[in-house]
Amino acid sequence: MQTETLIKMANQIGDFFEAEPDKAQAQKDIANHLNRFWTKDMRNQIAKYAKEKQGAGLHAQVISAISAYLKA
Amino acid sequence: MDDIKYSTHSHSVNTYDPKKDYGTPKSIAEKNVTLDIDGVTVSVPEGTSIMHAAQLSGVSVPKLCATDSLEPFGSCRLCLVEIEGRRGYPASCTTPVAEGIKVHTQTSKLADVRRGVMELYISDHPLDCLTCAANGDCELQDMAGAVGLRDVRYGYEGENHLKQEKDESNPYFTFDPSKCIVCSRCVRACEETQGTFALTIEGRGFGSKVSAGNASFMDSECVSCGACVQACPTATLMEKTVIDAGTPEHSVTTTCAYCGVGCSFNAEMKGQEVVRMTPNKDGGANHGHSCVKGRFAWGYATHKDRITTPMIRKNITDPWQEVSWDEAINYAASEIKRIEAKYGKDAMGGITSSRCTNEEVYVTQKLVRAVFGTNNVDTCARVCHSPTGYGLKQTIGESAGTQTFDSVMKSDVILIIGANPTNGHPVFASQMKRRLREGAKLIIADPRAIDLVENSPHVRADYHLNLRPGTNVALISALAHVVVTEGLVKEDFVRERCEWDSFVVWRDFVAKPENSPEALESALGVKAEIMRAAARMFATGGNGAIYYGLGVTEHSQGSTMVMGIANLAMATGNVGREGVGINPLRGQNNVQGSCDMGSMPHEYPGYRHVSDPAAKALFEAAWGRPLSVEPGLRIPNMLDLAGEGRFKALYCVGEDIAQSDPNTQHVTHALESMECVIVQDLFLNETAMYAHVFFPGASFLEKSGTFTNAERRISPVRRVMSPKNGMEDWEITAKLSKALGYEMSYAHASEIMDEIAALTPTFKGVSFKKLDELGSIQWPCNDEAPTGTPTMHIDEFVRGKGKFFVTQYVPTTEKVNAKYPLILTTGRILSQYNVGAQTRRTKNVEWHSEDIVEIHPHDAEERGVKEGDWIGISSRAGETVLRATLTERVQPGVIYTTFHHPESGANVITTDNSDWATNCPEFKVTAVQVTRVHQLSDWQKHYKTFSDAQIAFANNKLSKKTQQPA
Ligand code: SF4
Ligand code: SF4
Ligand code: SF4
Ligand code: FES
Repeated sequence: MQTETLIKMANQIGDFFEAEPDKAQAQKDIANHLNRFWTKDMRNQIAKYAKEKQGAGLHAQVISAISAYLKA
Repeated sequence: MDDIKYSTHSHSVNTYDPKKDYGTPKSIAEKNVTLDIDGVTVSVPEGTSIMHAAQLSGVSVPKLCATDSLEPFGSCRLCLVEIEGRRGYPASCTTPVAEGIKVHTQTSKLADVRRGVMELYISDHPLDCLTCAANGDCELQDMAGAVGLRDVRYGYEGENHLKQEKDESNPYFTFDPSKCIVCSRCVRACEETQGTFALTIEGRGFGSKVSAGNASFMDSECVSCGACVQACPTATLMEKTVIDAGTPEHSVTTTCAYCGVGCSFNAEMKGQEVVRMTPNKDGGANHGHSCVKGRFAWGYATHKDRITTPMIRKNITDPWQEVSWDEAINYAASEIKRIEAKYGKDAMGGITSSRCTNEEVYVTQKLVRAVFGTNNVDTCARVCHSPTGYGLKQTIGESAGTQTFDSVMKSDVILIIGANPTNGHPVFASQMKRRLREGAKLIIADPRAIDLVENSPHVRADYHLNLRPGTNVALISALAHVVVTEGLVKEDFVRERCEWDSFVVWRDFVAKPENSPEALESALGVKAEIMRAAARMFATGGNGAIYYGLGVTEHSQGSTMVMGIANLAMATGNVGREGVGINPLRGQNNVQGSCDMGSMPHEYPGYRHVSDPAAKALFEAAWGRPLSVEPGLRIPNMLDLAGEGRFKALYCVGEDIAQSDPNTQHVTHALESMECVIVQDLFLNETAMYAHVFFPGASFLEKSGTFTNAERRISPVRRVMSPKNGMEDWEITAKLSKALGYEMSYAHASEIMDEIAALTPTFKGVSFKKLDELGSIQWPCNDEAPTGTPTMHIDEFVRGKGKFFVTQYVPTTEKVNAKYPLILTTGRILSQYNVGAQTRRTKNVEWHSEDIVEIHPHDAEERGVKEGDWIGISSRAGETVLRATLTERVQPGVIYTTFHHPESGANVITTDNSDWATNCPEFKVTAVQVTRVHQLSDWQKHYKTFSDAQIAFANNKLSKKTQQPA
């Protein structure tokens, strides 16, 4: 899938959890959402991108969520 | 003595029989009254009419103007009775029972009066009973018999009504005034049952007649719901199919296959032919009412366009080849195996539809999960109500509406957000309008002035919050802000029923000044004081019920908005009893059911996540195949991957993604890139034009199964004729499964339901047998609730405690700018259904033959557009051309259209934007520009050529005999 599509989707998810005051919780929630609703390929693709491109274009929270909690 | 035998024992009242007409509605009073009717003692609820009580005791009083779907009127004077100790002859339909009275329904004096009344009626009635379409089904005829009319003293020489002309303008029913007895049942049905007020009695005395506002029915306000036809005791209002085919000889109860109201109907048959569909009085969702679609628009089932033989082809540029079922199934199976070997399991998937029965959806997802070996299965709810599933699961714990439809009769304030019930859910809208006429308050949040705002007789919205498309979440925050900051929260409810911590976080969030109506006023385009007044009304006006539709879900923040709605309902204590609740109005008949049946890529039937080890173990044991713990692809993901050549085979049952999904060109490119597209449908739909295998499906009249409506009501679909294509849809799926090496050995759809019940806790008590007994069942149906659950979350939320979510408004990225300065939003109309594949093949097209764009006169003037002009609409995704109508129903800056016709290409312009949580497309907001044009868009021209060629491929298919060498 186009990485831009995934970035857009991930950032939209990040936007929703932005309002969560507990940052660690927000990161868990973001990763949990990706783990529950994205296919393995989609998760791996975004994780690879986040790693290789230092998360360029991704929200900070999303980057942290991916590196800390995303299921491979 | 006979007398003694009856009067010495209290006669137990006969049980209610929905097939009988009791003359007046049931009384729901709790106190009982005992009286004596013709020597029989009966005890009935206070407020019951003498007529109704008599019928219950087994005595039929003659009647003409009364029928139990309507309030009594007392005009025909045929139902007179004598009451001991009272003077005169009161009408039994308008006289309520009283304690201890003795009623006589048959005396010689009464017989004389009744005969006199009948004589007058008959003297002005054509005596062509033998050739009349209602012969044998006419109450006038019955009454003439019942009162013993033998002779009519007045001749036909005098003035009469026999020469009046018929009105045949309505495509489905005829109005023959010469047969009218002016009982006004039709007028009252149009008012009380339907709420349209299209009919009146004009004139007085002898000159009085029924009139559709001095116009033909077709030119009047009539919406063709059929309520008047149903109520008419004579042949005056009569279905044309009955006039043509004669009266039916047997009847089977089934469920409408159109919208999410899920009306129950009697298919009245002659052999294997449907003569008419009449609404079932005992139907839990519709109580004997109907709309034009279910009542009349079922002719598509026998339309000549139906394809009834399987077809295959190598390439979509080839003509279709007609083959036997075995060949088609084996070809499909061999392609699936080939693709699996070449590209892997994850390059394959299935799509089900809300038009499928529960049983069909269940076997399809089972095929994909257990046989394809992937969770790549999705359903069209993806593009409509997936945010409802997500949002309600998060907040209250169950992905379904909380109420029954009847609950609205106890609502005091009704808040409708982004739904248009009179058009999308007409039968429920009639019930809602009844409640509104009784005085319930109405708040509407919609960018457009839907009919309920001020275009429905005797109904008027107290507040219309005409927000800009795409700002729902800001609105719900503003309303919540008022509730929280003005001390209107039902704190004891929240403390007892919800997670207090989540409430506190939410409360502090919405209380922020930036969420006040004043701060959001300009983003929303709604005056702050109106929002404040509406919020106060909702929070303090008694039972508050929220009804919402696709105007909530089909946004980039659709799921956020669903949660926002749940927050508001919980904060105001409006969940868990009758009259309140969170009520998603589902578009298609089985949206609820298809989601319940596990057709989403991340969950099994009963909303259990695929990664849940217990669920996985349960289904692996039941199905005997290893299952994947990884969520599968959603429809948009499938399409994206297909376009890149990484998704190759699709089994698409009853769904038409090429028309119903956004950004058509993206969809068709994806379809063109696949190697095996299998479409199962009644017609060569838009998606089938890109298919390699076509499995002809069966219509709802030709199969057994169940649909689940918006109130979680599971209703039976019953086979009334043999499938023209040779088999029911689940059988096709089972055959495909077998060809792939996995036997699904069901003998009947009921066995599929038995399997569902065994594997799904909320369906545990459901079976076809129980459905036969109860008529319908609202899930959860289990040991605790063996007859189902009308209202959910009564003492506790399904999730335990309700959870509040912070709902930050994030404006959509689909923004207007100089190039695309207007917002296009989409919707639907009464006479057409979804992609229109069915309704376009009925006479409903007489109401809506093309999709039209509504544009505000101000925007039109700026662009030199006049009424009826062709306008080009371009967006970031594409361009199409439609005809314009100028109306102030839409606000300046917003245009509106429907999407029922494929050539309109409304989805050519909608974009890939989607809901953050579920990828439900943002159908409701597209930035566009509009210009006057004189010809069709390039897409439309290309579409025309392409679809003409495809239709020719199907019409001139190669039969086996004429098969050419390849
Ligand atoms: S069909 Fe329905 S809307 Fe039309 S006149 Fe009859 S009751 Fe009224
Ligand atoms: S049309 Fe039928 S229902 Fe209406 S007044 Fe005449 S007889 Fe009665
Ligand atoms: S379309 Fe909907 S409202 Fe109309 S008859 Fe069918 S289920 Fe009822
Ligand atoms: S039925 Fe009672 S007056 Fe007509």
